[in-house]
Amino acid sequence: MINLNLNSNATTKSEHPLLDQKGNLGKRKLKSYIFAFMCFLATVSVIGLIAYLILDTYLQGSAWINADFFTNFASRMPNKSGIKAALFGTIWLLGITALFSIPVGVISGIYLEELMKRGYFHRFISVNVSNLAGVPSVVYGIFGLAFFVRMLGFERSLLSGALTLSLMSLPVIIISTREAIAAVPSSIKMGALAMGATKWQTARDHIFPTALPGILTGVILALSRAVGETAPLIILGAVSFLAFVPQGWNDGYTALPMQIYTWVSKPQEEFHQLAAATIIVLLGVLLVANSIAIFIRIRSRKVKL
Amino acid sequence: MKIAVLLLTSFLSAHAFAGLSGQVRIDGSSTVYPISEAVAEEFQKANAGVKVTVAQSGTGGGFKKFVAAEIDISNASRTIKKEEAEAAQKAKVLWTEVPIAYDGITLVINPKNTWVKTLTMEQLKTIWEPGSKVKTWKDVDPSWPDSKIKLYGPGADSGTFDYFTEHVNGKAKAIRPDFTASEDDNVLVKGVAGDKDALGFFGISYYEANAKKIRSVAIAGTDGKFVSPTVETVKDGTYPISRPLFIYVSHASLARVEVANFVSYYLSNANKLVSETGYVPMTDAQYKAGMAKIAAIKK
Repeated sequence: MINLNLNSNATTKSEHPLLDQKGNLGKRKLKSYIFAFMCFLATVSVIGLIAYLILDTYLQGSAWINADFFTNFASRMPNKSGIKAALFGTIWLLGITALFSIPVGVISGIYLEELMKRGYFHRFISVNVSNLAGVPSVVYGIFGLAFFVRMLGFERSLLSGALTLSLMSLPVIIISTREAIAAVPSSIKMGALAMGATKWQTARDHIFPTALPGILTGVILALSRAVGETAPLIILGAVSFLAFVPQGWNDGYTALPMQIYTWVSKPQEEFHQLAAATIIVLLGVLLVANSIAIFIRIRSRKVKL
Repeated sequence: MKIAVLLLTSFLSAHAFAGLSGQVRIDGSSTVYPISEAVAEEFQKANAGVKVTVAQSGTGGGFKKFVAAEIDISNASRTIKKEEAEAAQKAKVLWTEVPIAYDGITLVINPKNTWVKTLTMEQLKTIWEPGSKVKTWKDVDPSWPDSKIKLYGPGADSGTFDYFTEHVNGKAKAIRPDFTASEDDNVLVKGVAGDKDALGFFGISYYEANAKKIRSVAIAGTDGKFVSPTVETVKDGTYPISRPLFIYVSHASLARVEVANFVSYYLSNANKLVSETGYVPMTDAQYKAGMAKIAAIKK
């Protein structure tokens, strides 16, 4: 700063150094406009593409969505077909997956970030968790088949499917929990410790509530991904057709993405439209799940402030 | 209160006496899937207590699960391979093979293709064999136009691919590499429907569902007569590229009433349900022979 002032004083061309560049201003403004326009274009093209896909799916499938579509089982006759089994399967999967992955993931995240001693072992685990987040879902499917289905003998059940999807969700939940906790200002933590709170009290009463919105975002992302998966389910032996509602964790199952996959590969055009209708429902399920999470997030903020 | 209890007990007993319980697990070929799905749908309606599941992980994938005793019935679009049979023997899984339908492999072209009406098995071989010199339609027949021929066929994991290569090219999996391959037959349908110079092949049910968009080609068999793929020609064996489809039933599973009932339901309703799904049913005598085979094991 001082240097600049000295310079401008020495040359005495103008009152202020920035005024020297006035001749440049139009050009720089133009550059800035071009950049803003490119950003706008990128955003619009992405949103446009998604809007087109959703609209196209909606136009294809909307006519098939009615009460029967939700209460009928799949059938070889398109007009008698419904997604009852798939919808129940997805709800079961989502429920069991959330039950396992959220507590384990969040607690692991807190432990890794706040309580575990930094060292080689800590670094070893951190690197591996990050790597696991990038492993393709098919690989989880193969692992689940070998471990849950065959070794532990859970067979081709809802439990095997949900546990595999839990494993797939864990890295994302752990990483986002860690990041959310790391983003909590250290003044909060220091303040609590200085007042004589134990590590546990600090984590429970101060760090965790502050980090909750970030953690929930990670949970939403992870579970949304899990609910949309087909590849691991095919390997795990989720079925393409069943006409009963699962009664418990050890039943066979199908899920919305499986139903879409099954219908899309049929020769008749009507089934492709049914698949489009199922996509709309799947999007709806994701939207409902996300809004519940957002609702909790907003509420947790209100409670805190 | 009394009424509620009465209702509840009657509901429970109705459930318990509705007949069968237990489960029937089916997996395997995606070609056979629609047939087994149709049977499962009807059987499930008649037997609410039984849990019938049908999956499609391919003929090979199905046999792996079959050998691991994870399923009761394996759908197959080809006969069991020697290695698979050995694996089953090792795992002490006894089985019976029951043919349930025919599938005609249909050669299809674009409706705008005015020159091709028929193809002989030899012509098919010169087009599809490995190292084929055919680049344009003219290379197949000098009177045909000099435009590039575009080939579409199922990918190497499909039973249709295995059968076609073995039957037309003389060796399983032997095929020229430069064709558009997809495991999804709908992709092949779209490709042929949108390309004037296309030639493709897949199962007859995909042709029948899209007969407005694509055209089938009559094929000459050994006697030199050109035969179009239809239900009749596939059924009587005059259409040269058709194959039987099977279900493989595990003997251990067959000891369970629900599986035994399912298989006999399958065979006694196959005629109607196979036609409904776009495949070609076998003769009644063949289904009866299948029933006899199953009955012999139960004893």
